[in-house]
Amino acid sequence: MSEVINKNGYSIDIDNAVVSFREDIALRGVSLKVKHGEFIGVVGPNGAGKTTLLTIVNGMGKLLHGRVVVLGQNLTSGNGHSLRKKVGYVAQVETIDPRMPMIVREVAMIGRYGRLGLFRRPGKTDWEIVDKALELVGMTHLAKRPIGHLSGGEQQRVAIARCLAQEPEIFLLDEPTASLDWKAKTDIMELVKRIHDLRNLTTLFVTHDLSALPIACDRVVLMKDGLIWNEGPPRGLLTDEILSQLYDLPVSVVEKRRSEAALV
Amino acid sequence: MDLSIFTYPFMQNAILSAFLGGIACSVIGVFVVLLHMPFIGVCMSHAAFAGALLGLWLGFNPLIGAFIFSLGAAAVVGPLADRGDLNPETSVGVIFSLMLGLAFLFMGLMSGPKSAALELLWGSILTNTRGDIVVLAVVAVLVVGIIFVFYKEIQATVFQRDMARAVGIPATIMLYSILFLMGATITASFSSIGGLLIFSLILNPAAAAYQLTYSMKKMFILAAVFGVLSGWIGLLISYFFNIPSGATIVVTSSVIFLLAVVFSPKRKVKRWEKKPLGENTP
Ligand SMILES: Nc1ncnc2c1ncn2[C@@H]1O[C@H](COP(=O)(O)OP(=O)(O)O)[C@@H](O)[C@H]1O
Ligand SMILES: [Mg+2]
Repeated sequence: MSEVINKNGYSIDIDNAVVSFREDIALRGVSLKVKHGEFIGVVGPNGAGKTTLLTIVNGMGKLLHGRVVVLGQNLTSGNGHSLRKKVGYVAQVETIDPRMPMIVREVAMIGRYGRLGLFRRPGKTDWEIVDKALELVGMTHLAKRPIGHLSGGEQQRVAIARCLAQEPEIFLLDEPTASLDWKAKTDIMELVKRIHDLRNLTTLFVTHDLSALPIACDRVVLMKDGLIWNEGPPRGLLTDEILSQLYDLPVSVVEKRRSEAALV
Repeated sequence: MDLSIFTYPFMQNAILSAFLGGIACSVIGVFVVLLHMPFIGVCMSHAAFAGALLGLWLGFNPLIGAFIFSLGAAAVVGPLADRGDLNPETSVGVIFSLMLGLAFLFMGLMSGPKSAALELLWGSILTNTRGDIVVLAVVAVLVVGIIFVFYKEIQATVFQRDMARAVGIPATIMLYSILFLMGATITASFSSIGGLLIFSLILNPAAAAYQLTYSMKKMFILAAVFGVLSGWIGLLISYFFNIPSGATIVVTSSVIFLLAVVFSPKRKVKRWEKKPLGENTP
């Protein structure tokens, strides 16, 4: 694990990244340095570029401009594959066909596939790692279930277990708590934080769950219109005034909605 | 029953063709079902048909024309659907109609009787030659071999391609290889089943297997079994009732699919199987 330590001490070093999808510019010059072991919350309205930010860290998104250095490696279109093996990515929820012929344990095992490489089959230790990961996220009792039969929250846990099985050094989560009930949200948030500490990871967590963020985050990054609009420690940053500007809402409305959300 | 028919070489060839074609087609069908891309298969079989007709018209081996056209379609459809400039269904639809148009064009340009062209439409497993069988065998071994060697990459790609990519699997190459195998399989099975009917032999056994299992491995195996059964039963019916073999094979595979739907345990799947809150930490 010594390779984690980067030349300049950062796990993720994004410099003036520009990403565009034809007419849409998703990121317009984003710079972000993340130290090894940091837990970063990324917050912002829909379309702000949060998902795009995560995809340039794991090399799935194409840079128009700028530079991304991850774990000491300059990301190019050629080395994305090998780097992705060290980056766990929980994407925004996708609905899974209930008849999909895959069981939970097999889905979690996919996390090992990249590391195993071509021509090698999962062995006993791989299955042990997968079963341990499922245990950690509390999914052991559903390990043999078809993946499509699980609820949204359960599928998120399996996705997290898949990342754990990958034994990554960087953990990227894209709104893993969206569409979950309040208890499930806080459970997932605590689980992610626990894993982050346990595995000594560097984490980027995209979320709308402002109430739960402070307990988890070292730093919050606020995104708007493809730019990092503000950043800092959660307590000072997640105020009603700042959020009202971030979401273009009157302060009174933000206040009201936050107090309601806290009650849900 | 008179079993002496099995001693005839043409019947032995047909039985072997049904076995190899049944496996290759139905295994490819598993991808068609799991990747939700039935239209791509139809598109490729029409491309193969157009290519074969071009061969007939210009006087070269129809099989070669079919290979070139279906592999060409495979090479175009994947990236076109991938780049997202067009809706995948739209781009496949455009290629599909182009191929159909070309097929009719070549047929119209052909002089003399059209019986050879019509044979390509219906196929005729009973006239398969050793050469047809060798091609079928090569493709079947290739398809099964690649699935065997790259099973885990293929499984992940078929499940969720972006996720496969995110863990470091070359998922895009995997998908394009699958499309190429599909083109090759369709072409190799062409002379046995015919251009119009081939897609049913691809889709039906896999769709039947899909109804019956939650294991992808078992789905591949079941689909292959159903594909071979469709071929053999269809062949017998064709021989004894003197009906075109392509038709009997396809109808048999459809009957197998219907039976699978009737006996499917998955029909009982209800979303309320989940716990109401969706979360239950032990
Ligand atoms: N695949 C895509 N094709 C075209 N535009 C895209 C694509 N992905 C994202 N965008 C655009 O880029 C911008 C940022 O998107 P995204 O990063 O997904 O935002 P967020 O995750 O914050 O909601 C949006 O304007 C969106 O429309
Ligand atoms: Mg997003």
